[in-house]
Amino acid sequence: MEQTSRIRRILALIEGPQTLGRGPRFWSGFALVLLLACAYPAFADSYDVGNNVYFFNWLFMALGLSLIWGYGGALSFGQTAFFGIAAYCYGVLTINLGDAYGLTLFSLLAAVGCSALCAAVLGYFLFYGRINGVFLGIVSLSVTLVLERFMAQTAGPEWTIGSARLNGFNGMGNMPSLTIPWPGGPIVLYPDLPLYYVTLALLIAVYLGLRMLVNSRFGNVLVAIRENPLRAEMLGYDIRRYQLMAFVIGSALAGLSGVLYTSWGNYITPASMGMTAAALPIVWVAVGGRSDLTTTLVGALAVLIVFQLLTIHASQYALVVMGALLVITVLVAPRGIVMALVEATLRLSRRKEAR
Amino acid sequence: MVDSLNLVFSFLYQFGDAFAFLVLSACGLAVIFGMMGVINLAHGEFIMCGAYVSTRAAHAGLPMPLAVLAGAAAAGIAGMVVEWVVIRRLYERPLDTIVATWGISMIVTQGVLILLGPSMQGVGTPFGSFSVGGYSYSVYRIILMLSAVAVLAALWLMFTRTRFGLLSRATIQVPHVAEALGVNTNLVYSLTFGLGAALAGLAGGLYAPTMTLVPTMGASFMVEAFVTVVVGGADIFLGTAPAAVVLGVIKAALTSWKGQLAGQIGLLIAVIIVIRILPRGISGKILRERA
Repeated sequence: MEQTSRIRRILALIEGPQTLGRGPRFWSGFALVLLLACAYPAFADSYDVGNNVYFFNWLFMALGLSLIWGYGGALSFGQTAFFGIAAYCYGVLTINLGDAYGLTLFSLLAAVGCSALCAAVLGYFLFYGRINGVFLGIVSLSVTLVLERFMAQTAGPEWTIGSARLNGFNGMGNMPSLTIPWPGGPIVLYPDLPLYYVTLALLIAVYLGLRMLVNSRFGNVLVAIRENPLRAEMLGYDIRRYQLMAFVIGSALAGLSGVLYTSWGNYITPASMGMTAAALPIVWVAVGGRSDLTTTLVGALAVLIVFQLLTIHASQYALVVMGALLVITVLVAPRGIVMALVEATLRLSRRKEAR
Repeated sequence: MVDSLNLVFSFLYQFGDAFAFLVLSACGLAVIFGMMGVINLAHGEFIMCGAYVSTRAAHAGLPMPLAVLAGAAAAGIAGMVVEWVVIRRLYERPLDTIVATWGISMIVTQGVLILLGPSMQGVGTPFGSFSVGGYSYSVYRIILMLSAVAVLAALWLMFTRTRFGLLSRATIQVPHVAEALGVNTNLVYSLTFGLGAALAGLAGGLYAPTMTLVPTMGASFMVEAFVTVVVGGADIFLGTAPAAVVLGVIKAALTSWKGQLAGQIGLLIAVIIVIRILPRGISGKILRERA
């Protein structure tokens, strides 16, 4: 009895003050979208389905950045560093350990853990030093840029870990994909239907889990810190600890993106951590509406798809459009374009009800 | 004896080179941050602008010093335009300014790539070299060191001896009171942003002969500029200059020991440790002790 009520209390956190969307209307919409996402492979070529998993891979990093920047108010421009750390860890581990006995899943956990650990160490110095918010952004960006330069110069044969060569600027390839050990023979997650469903399930789990997290006590304190750090501190909260925890969770999610991306394409290069790569997550999250998980998810997916289409049809203008999108968002809809649309719709429907 | 003197000279040269690079790449960023609390992430693109314009001017036959000044002026004007179009609307939201300037940086980098191609013909490093004790040193590097010191001196004179300096210092200290006393703070902000951009352009013009000119060249200044400003803090004289001295020693030592990348990694680690101890930078520490 006690236990079920506790579980119910935790599940109730899925709706709350820190997330948009509640009530039957939102959840039926959610179910509809989910249904469409599940049915999508039935209407598409399995090759396309596998390719489109690419978009899902990035959303974990976007959700993590929403937690750090949108909810926690800490500018972290270095998410791609944790993406890269986990990606390289996964590559080195799987090339050395192979893909039997579910060792790729162990590598996934180890790689994500490694990026979380790096985030904890860096975050300790940043948050416990009570660094100015502006500096947080540039120090994390510097870490990313230096890491990129470091990986780019590992071309020589002396940069070998076990049997994995880091390969410098050209990047590391040929690591095995994630493989799930199964009684009837292991399921290798090539870019195909199984990978699509596994990634989708993971995404839903992370989304719902984060919803519960931000509506819990932890999330409320985090938002209180964003709104007014001094007040939160006066109320007795150790703001450094809360911000550090958000930073570590968000960075672990960036690491998860890194592992999924590497496993999906069997390839990782230092350029995935460079200045341009670091800017893109900022664009996804800012354009969507960083202070809510749902708008972040919708916005990030939309921007990713637009960016992909632009890269195919007008490759050199894609980055110009992304930059312009970022500037316009900040000037016109500082809380995010998707967020602005949601707010406008809510206002309209409320006005109708008032009549 | 002679050998150790040579070593000392070699280290001093390395240190001076690192110091000049840190000061020149950071001072534009530091001026804007110190005055407006804004980190300009398009800083590297102003550097690139200065480098491109001064190289073009040098190709067109302008003598070297004038070409560098032309680069600085072009970057300064570009900076004032950016301030007028974008930054001015965001003074109430300094954190958003960082994001917006990042957007500008993306547009400019890619725009230059589209318009001017992947690289530009540079001018060779002028003035040749001289040798001390069997090692040869570039004369131009010495000029860069002198330029760094000259820039610091000129900024000091500007902020302490001119009317603009007085008004701008009043504007940083208490913007509302300055405004109430009749200072056109918008103009001060605009000029300050232009000054920061011009200093970035100057760095670009000065370093143009020593680098390959590509649209992404600004990024190679960013790490050094960032770490110097973070370690220095908000005040350019009490912060940026001493920070550049300390970081210059670290960078020179590590660079001569293990190469350029080791120098950068060393800078970064130094910064991460320093912010744990001095979160408001060297100048924050000095100012608090004085107060």
